[in-house]
Amino acid sequence: MDDFVLQTYGMTKEFKGFTAVNRVDLNVRRGHIHALIGPNGAGKTTCFNLLTKFLEPTHGRILFNGTDITDEKPAQVARRGIVRSFQISAVFPHLTALQNVRVAMQRGLGTSLHFWRSNRSLDCLNDQAVGILDLVGLKSFAGMAAVEMPYGRKRALEIATTLALDPEVMLLDEPTQGMGHEDVDRVMDLIKRVSANRTILMVEHNMKVVAGISDAITVLARGAVLAEGSYAEVSDDPRVIEAYMGSAANDELVEAL
Amino acid sequence: MTETFLTINRVRIVVLLALAMAVPFVTYPVLGMTVLCFGLFACSFNLLLGYTGLLSFGHATFLGTAAYVTAHALKAWELPTLPSLALGAGAAALLGAVFGLIAIRRHGIYFAMVTLALAQMMFFVFLKAPFTGGEDGLQGVPRGSLFGLIDLSDDTTLYYVVLAIVVFGLWVIHRAIHSPFGEVLKAIRENEARVTSLGYDVARYKLLAFVLSAGLAGLAGATKVLVFKFATLADVHWHVSGEVVLMTLLGGVGTVIGPMLGAGVVVVLQNELADKVGSFVTIIIGVIFILCVLIFRRGIAGELNELRRRVLGDARSGSADGG
Repeated sequence: MDDFVLQTYGMTKEFKGFTAVNRVDLNVRRGHIHALIGPNGAGKTTCFNLLTKFLEPTHGRILFNGTDITDEKPAQVARRGIVRSFQISAVFPHLTALQNVRVAMQRGLGTSLHFWRSNRSLDCLNDQAVGILDLVGLKSFAGMAAVEMPYGRKRALEIATTLALDPEVMLLDEPTQGMGHEDVDRVMDLIKRVSANRTILMVEHNMKVVAGISDAITVLARGAVLAEGSYAEVSDDPRVIEAYMGSAANDELVEAL
Repeated sequence: MTETFLTINRVRIVVLLALAMAVPFVTYPVLGMTVLCFGLFACSFNLLLGYTGLLSFGHATFLGTAAYVTAHALKAWELPTLPSLALGAGAAALLGAVFGLIAIRRHGIYFAMVTLALAQMMFFVFLKAPFTGGEDGLQGVPRGSLFGLIDLSDDTTLYYVVLAIVVFGLWVIHRAIHSPFGEVLKAIRENEARVTSLGYDVARYKLLAFVLSAGLAGLAGATKVLVFKFATLADVHWHVSGEVVLMTLLGGVGTVIGPMLGAGVVVVLQNELADKVGSFVTIIIGVIFILCVLIFRRGIAGELNELRRRVLGDARSGSADGG
């Protein structure tokens, strides 16, 4: 029982007359790479927004390491160690790669409200920041503004920024979306590497990635949990196949099945 | 490269300071002081718009509140000059905290509208409050002296004091922008949700930026009282809130010195043209503003920076070719 790091009980989100997420019970095991999949509009991103408190759940509870975090604010949740990425690449475009990572790290210094202090006081973080960039293969990009980096590199930078907080749980929203094959392989490898000593919950459409690295899968359809289990279990489930059929955007899954 | 860059910057600062110090020899000190006060005002506004991405449309309130408080402290309470200035700026910062707490959770146009509404309410308060002198304002405010030693009644002497105050204000802005706090502000401007997801309480950072900006706008307003020896409703009028947007965009939003240049252009034009073309001055400034937005969108300082970058870039690639 104790090795669930993140759990939800009856998590529900209703928008006016529409239930986007319906009584979802998630159980994310510590140390797992847990994939959240499902057809478009299944409520995956809404789930992410609820877990990180960017949205308030209408009903239900969210537990992190057994502590109820349902009423906490997004920044509080992040400080507890649940850090998310975004579906649309979320870098700081006009900051350099190094600065992107450093902004995440400087919170740890506790001087972030000190407007009278020189920003040279942050230089002590540079080595560590370069180390993290190196980990995601971006060391040579350290001085480049994020806006000038290729798309795949931006996603890697986003992961680096998230990683800089050394979060206990990382939530990745479609980390390989819009990428070419080489980039997909690189990011997949990267996720696998950074999953050591932490838990990863990811929304992912690319079934190659899901099959390749996830330990557990939850399938959502129309806001509710349709199936749970390992890739083999889930892909055999006739309800899952039915949910995906006719959805052209997800041909890949059909192929994979 | 960084070394030369720093030297260039230092040279630039020395040149600008020397120019500023020469002003009383070439023109009226009062005109120079007006530019400096509005320049500091615009720079404080830019701390919000350029570095935090918040468009306040009620910034005249902070200028005017500080002006009234400082004028009252000097005239009615007969306090010394520097404490009166500090009191004015402090009052503006306090009011900024109140405004900020109400407005900061709204974005974009809603934020602008809330600040405008609050500023209009303050206008009414100042119109009716007994200590402001209503329509007449507070007239004949004594300038006092500095530490009881330097008499400020001479315009040229006052000019250098005003210059020192404004340089101090600009230094505070420079420090804030290049501080750990400034790094977070820039990140908020670029992607607010991402900053939240990194565990920062974004509202606290915006609030502090708002209070700093209000306090510095207040410092500008308080200093202005020394120059003109009066505080009136004109300072809290929404016209002034609009003018500061214009000065900032004209000078270059998101550059440290740009708004000062913008303020210079606007104030000097108003001063030079008012007796020649009368109310047409509004139209002339309007046309300049439109041209600026359509053609020189980076503003004066922004375009100059871009030009310098291009020239330096060419020089660098030129030398690379040579090597």
